[in-house]
Amino acid sequence: MKVGVVTFPGSLDDVDARRAVRLAGHEDVALWHAEHDLHGADAVILPGGFSYGDYLRCGAIARFAPIMAEVVDAARDGMPVLGICNGFQILCESHLLPGALIRNDHRKFGCLDQRLRIENNTTAWTSAYDVGHEVTIVLKNGEGSFVADESTLDMLEAEGRVVARYLGNPNGSQRAIAGITNEAGNVVGLMPHPEHAVESLCGPGAEGLGFFSSLDSAALLAH
Amino acid sequence: MARVVVDVMPKPEILDPQGKAVLGALPRLGFDGVTDVRQGKRFELEIEGELTDARRAEVEQMAETLLSNPVIEDYRVSVVEARP
Repeated sequence: MKVGVVTFPGSLDDVDARRAVRLAGHEDVALWHAEHDLHGADAVILPGGFSYGDYLRCGAIARFAPIMAEVVDAARDGMPVLGICNGFQILCESHLLPGALIRNDHRKFGCLDQRLRIENNTTAWTSAYDVGHEVTIVLKNGEGSFVADESTLDMLEAEGRVVARYLGNPNGSQRAIAGITNEAGNVVGLMPHPEHAVESLCGPGAEGLGFFSSLDSAALLAH
Repeated sequence: MARVVVDVMPKPEILDPQGKAVLGALPRLGFDGVTDVRQGKRFELEIEGELTDARRAEVEQMAETLLSNPVIEDYRVSVVEARP
């Protein structure tokens, strides 16, 4: 598959995400925030970082970047979209995912190897895992606390849309939610960084690779 | 010309860690008796021409789509200065 990775001004993890895409056996495509062109990508990743300096709110300005018009349209048509960290914030600001990410309850930037439990393996990005599978991937953010109103949280739980949950809550996220998906399961937002856990040489292991290799079966299902 | 102010505040039920940090700092400076602090944002918009109802509705739209995130914040629009 051709997997596009968007670079916004202030993106940090676009190169790592592209590397992860290649390690998972896909072709990576560099996408630029100011273009109205997905360059034939079959899936898109919005990487971590501080797009537009995180001015106003995290992801609030990136949401209106030219390329986001194409990303939002394609996502509504079923294209797999993964937002990691800042990308998750952008997906929430774009209303492709419910809820919002606010400052960590302990007010400090956290950077750690975080244990997660995969709770939904029917999304385009998690089919390589078993439900209940525990992985360790990097978590690094200042504003990673997931919040939504009670009825939205209940809806996410009832519809099985919590994709991954923290073991031990590192940032005050409601119901220890680390990642969620949309109704169709093609759009996933994840606060931790699977692209930093794809090789044992650097990072806590390669347990994040499944997020990228899951696209294979997503492509099969679509055909 | 008109100056319109948009005040954006975190919703009451949303944790406000920045407000909490300020609240924690006040007693250290000897200011007692403050029981809560909430931190928000203030936007001052200079509006061209007359502030018609349509213009005002546009400001509401700006506040709702960009200046605030309705999931976590409330906003209030007020006209502070309308000049001919």
